[in-house]
Amino acid sequence: MSKTVLMKGNEALAESAIRAGCTHYFGYPITPQNEIPAYMAKEMPGRGGCFLQAESEIAAINMVFGASGAGARTMTSTSSPGMSLKQEGLSYLAGAELPCVVVNMMRGGPGLGGIAGSQADYFQATRGGGNGDYRSIVLAPGNVQELADLTVDAFELADKYRMVVTILGDGYLGQMSEPVVLPEPTLKSVDKPWAVSGNKGRKPNKVMSLRLSPEDYLEKHNIHLQELYSGVENSETRAEQYMTEDAEYIIVSYGTSSRISRKAVKALREEGVKVGLFRPVTLWPYPMKELNELAGKVKKVLTVEMSAGQMLEDVKVAVNGKADVDFYGKMGGAVPESAEIIKIIKGYR
Amino acid sequence: MHEEIVISGFGGQGVLLAGKLLCIAAMREGKFVSHIPSYGAEMRGGTANCKVIISSEEISSPVIDQPTIVIALNTPSMHKFEPRMAEKGLLVYNSSLILDKPTRSDISVESVKANDISEAAGSLRAANMAALGFLLKLKPEIASMKSLVDALDEAISARNKMHNPINVKIMESGYQS
Repeated sequence: MSKTVLMKGNEALAESAIRAGCTHYFGYPITPQNEIPAYMAKEMPGRGGCFLQAESEIAAINMVFGASGAGARTMTSTSSPGMSLKQEGLSYLAGAELPCVVVNMMRGGPGLGGIAGSQADYFQATRGGGNGDYRSIVLAPGNVQELADLTVDAFELADKYRMVVTILGDGYLGQMSEPVVLPEPTLKSVDKPWAVSGNKGRKPNKVMSLRLSPEDYLEKHNIHLQELYSGVENSETRAEQYMTEDAEYIIVSYGTSSRISRKAVKALREEGVKVGLFRPVTLWPYPMKELNELAGKVKKVLTVEMSAGQMLEDVKVAVNGKADVDFYGKMGGAVPESAEIIKIIKGYR
Repeated sequence: MHEEIVISGFGGQGVLLAGKLLCIAAMREGKFVSHIPSYGAEMRGGTANCKVIISSEEISSPVIDQPTIVIALNTPSMHKFEPRMAEKGLLVYNSSLILDKPTRSDISVESVKANDISEAAGSLRAANMAALGFLLKLKPEIASMKSLVDALDEAISARNKMHNPINVKIMESGYQS
């Protein structure tokens, strides 16, 4: 067992990625995730890995494309404006079914925005900012321990489904330090018979993103992708429920805002208010079924986000009219206040 | 016990390190801890702060709305955080640099000549260590001095460890002041 250490979110993520067998990291600096490339630059060369600071975010994601195509466990990390630049590459990775891990420690937007943490890239992460009918798995850690654990899971999921897995954190999560027990290093190597890794003694593999002929090649590829995504939707949703068993009201919240919501739930419970927290851990696939079942047992659902209301749309789809859905959000790097959440919930009584 | 602590001062006064040391010391005593730094636009001479929670229970949110303890190492920090403090909170201010007086009457106020203590013990740069020692005298339930000294050993990289003995001396002077 590793011992508990105090570590910054970004550094815990970087160390966990190396322990999960990430051998190739490509990135371009941007606040508030600079500790990730800094840690990788320091650690990877001495541990048999490759760190490369690319000339741009666009270059970095395309280097990920190359490394993934060659069969490496590979990762890039950035924050919101940088994530916008990577969208073309993400679409190409999805089209070519190349696995990789992409980290977005969100900051306020739109545009260059600010440097404080935010959750305003939910649409971009879950709907996909690139072209085409593709999906990425999106994981939303809520504390530094989960950030470390989900980093390992992200690499496993990426290779299992040959998909892009996004770790969607925010500036506060990346910057905060908490006690963490780091995951044990993985020793098993992953077999990738599809990789472009030298074709001596076998037929050449191809990594493609253009499919022109036969005429229905692209259609069939899309049907295949959708079947793949259905499988992921059926088996990979994750959510945490906190004090929901007898709840009359529930708060739905992820990442840093779920921490503030949890504090409000705890305080309200001490006053006898029956309230619980539903925290999606996967944002795509969204835990629709779980939330729908829970919504049938409550009077009201409050969505709390650091955005103008983006996950709110998925909450409404999941709840599907079974309960009223309300929203409380803060934008542009501001954080919701637990006192305000408490006031809103008490107003429902 | 549950304390929500803001440590604030000039960039370069070591407020982030001070927060980290408190966290490590309390963590090694089995308490729950969290630490969020201000980041980005800060620079040497500008203001920097960190928000630390030390608790005997699991920490729901690392975000602090109303600090129960504020350590202000410079004047702008005291003016920024004193109004936000929880009632009955503890304000520790660095009276070597802060000449203004705190104004609230619903909090307890203590002053420490952190820079003078640091200088007298042989360094101009360790006001943060003096303030930490002073805080642990007032609030021994956060961590013991031994844990704080051990935390310094854990947090400081090998190439900077030669400064540890003087930092320990300044912590202890702060504790005894």
